[in-house]
Order: sequence, then structure tokens, then C-alpha cells
Amino acid sequence: MQHTANAKKKRVLAVASGGGHWVQLLRLRPAFANCDVHFATVDAGAKADVSPSPFYTFKDANRDTKLSLILSTFQIAMIVLRVRPDVVISTGAAAGFLAIRIAKLIGARTMFVDSIANANELSLSAQLVAKHADQLVTQWPSVADKTQATYIGSVL
Amino acid sequence: MIFATVGTQLPFDRLFNSLDTWAETRSAQEIVAQTGTSEFQSSRMDVRRMIDAPSFRSLVKKADVLVAHAGMGSILTAIEYAKPVIIMPRRAEFGEHRNDHQMATAENLAHLSNLRVVYSAAMLEDALDEALNTRPVDIQHDQISQTHQSLLSGIQDFIFAEAQTPARAHHATLAGSV
Repeated sequence: MQHTANAKKKRVLAVASGGGHWVQLLRLRPAFANCDVHFATVDAGAKADVSPSPFYTFKDANRDTKLSLILSTFQIAMIVLRVRPDVVISTGAAAGFLAIRIAKLIGARTMFVDSIANANELSLSAQLVAKHADQLVTQWPSVADKTQATYIGSVL
Repeated sequence: MIFATVGTQLPFDRLFNSLDTWAETRSAQEIVAQTGTSEFQSSRMDVRRMIDAPSFRSLVKKADVLVAHAGMGSILTAIEYAKPVIIMPRRAEFGEHRNDHQMATAENLAHLSNLRVVYSAAMLEDALDEALNTRPVDIQHDQISQTHQSLLSGIQDFIFAEAQTPARAHHATLAGSV
């Protein structure tokens, strides 16, 4: 029904690992106006950045830390299942790949925004998530020209 | 006050040693350094390994100049607070990172008005002297640029695009709640 769809705010899960990935995610906040937005990252101290929005943490991991990666995957899965987002948006890195893979299983729509640091080629996480994310975004037109990613602007 | 940061994940002693050499002859300057996993120690500055997010932001706000590795977190924070920032990219050949992507970041962002890229101790020293002696007049407080606005609009379009295919979206939500 049209009116029930409108009455319910879109639930967005915004996910990033720490450092520059999180800072870039914060710069996307204006896009989440009028949404029920939930944030997830690795640093508990980042809660203050997004308060009072719901906030979750998971263990930091990358492809070099196999054990942490398993724990991280489990925690991200729990967050996705708990939030049940309509849309998942991530600014990377490995955590974004994991969240998007898991979110696809429950029918969420997903977008991966590759870090602005990747000015010459897509990050490894972006390359891996390319065939799973509904939309893969690069922040550099030259990268969009030679990959399947699209350019729609940047955080700067 | 000078605030130097290299993130918290990888050591970057070359940057702090360069800063320390400069500080030797500039004893009046207060310097705070977030060194992360670097081994660097110095009596010439306030060395802290980790700084929590609120303290980090207040240090950035208070600083006259930031010195940082070419990490996006550091660069974006400098832009947000409209601070002059001197960045030194990490080099793979010195074991400072897995690859040279910070060189690419630095080259691609070198055009920003509040950003100076340095590759050596000597360049860092010159850039610090220059930054402290120049009153920044043309630094704009962070406003939403056209490219930033365009990204935000694109993301909003994506979030609300579902409205065009309500039946399929509704089905997906139901499937997800089983």
C-alpha cells in the first residue's frame, strides 16, 4: 500500500571501519536526513560523533588478520540481522564488503562508496564487492572511466 | 600549537624525527603528537600514543598547524576545521605502509588551498616555518562543495529509489524477516 510505505521511514545502516573510512561516512550524514539511520564502526569512542543515532561496534579486521576477520564477520552479521536495514551504505573497507554480502541475504539494497584515497584504482574491498553491491561508487571520474564503478561526486 | 598525527595503525617515525629536528631550534613552540605505534619519544613535545575522538577534535581546533601522514581521516579533519595541514606521505620503500597509495593521495589533493605536501625532513621544516609565519586568509570554512552535494544527492536518490518498485521491495523485506 502506498500510504504504509510512506509512513515508515527508510532504515539505513551506515557502516565503516575506523580512521578515514569513518570520517568519510560522517561526511555522508546529510544524505541520511529523513531516514532511520543506524551506524556501525570499530571504535566505541565514535558513538559521540553520531549520538543520538543507534550505534554499534564490531572488531576491526582486514584480510591479514584471519581470526579477527571471523569474529568481525560474526559481529557484523548480528548487527545486520538486528537492524534489518532497507539500505546499507558503506565507505569501506573490509567491513563494508562483509556488511554488504550479509545484507544482500536479507534483501537490503546496498551501496559501496570507495575511499577518496583510491584515486588511481579501486580498493581491493571495492573490487571484491563490485559484483554484490547494487551500486559501487568511486570518488574519482578517471577511476569510473576504467572500472564498473560510477562517479557521482565526492566527500570533498 | 602544532598537532601532529599519523593515525594509530602503523608507525611513522620518520615524520616525528623530522618534526623533532625542527623543534630543536624552535623551543617556544608547543607540540602535541599522536604517535600511535611509532617508537618515537621526545622531551620536546607532548607525546601521546592514542588520543580519543573528542580530545582529538579539540586538539585539531586548538592547533595553528597540523602535521600528518597522508591519511584521509587526517586530511578530512583538517578540512572540516579549516586548518592548514602539512602532509608527509608514507613510503612503502621505508616500510611505512604496504604500498605507495599515500603518495597518490597527496598528489591528487595537493591543489587544496590549506594543504602542503612534503617528502623530506628539510621540506617539512620549510613548510612549518612558512605556515607559522603566514596568516591564513584564504582558507574557507568547510562548506558543502558542488561535488560533495552531488554525492549526497546521488546517495539520497539511491536510498529512496525503492519507492519506484514497491512490490519487489516489500517482498524482500518480508523475506528478510522470516
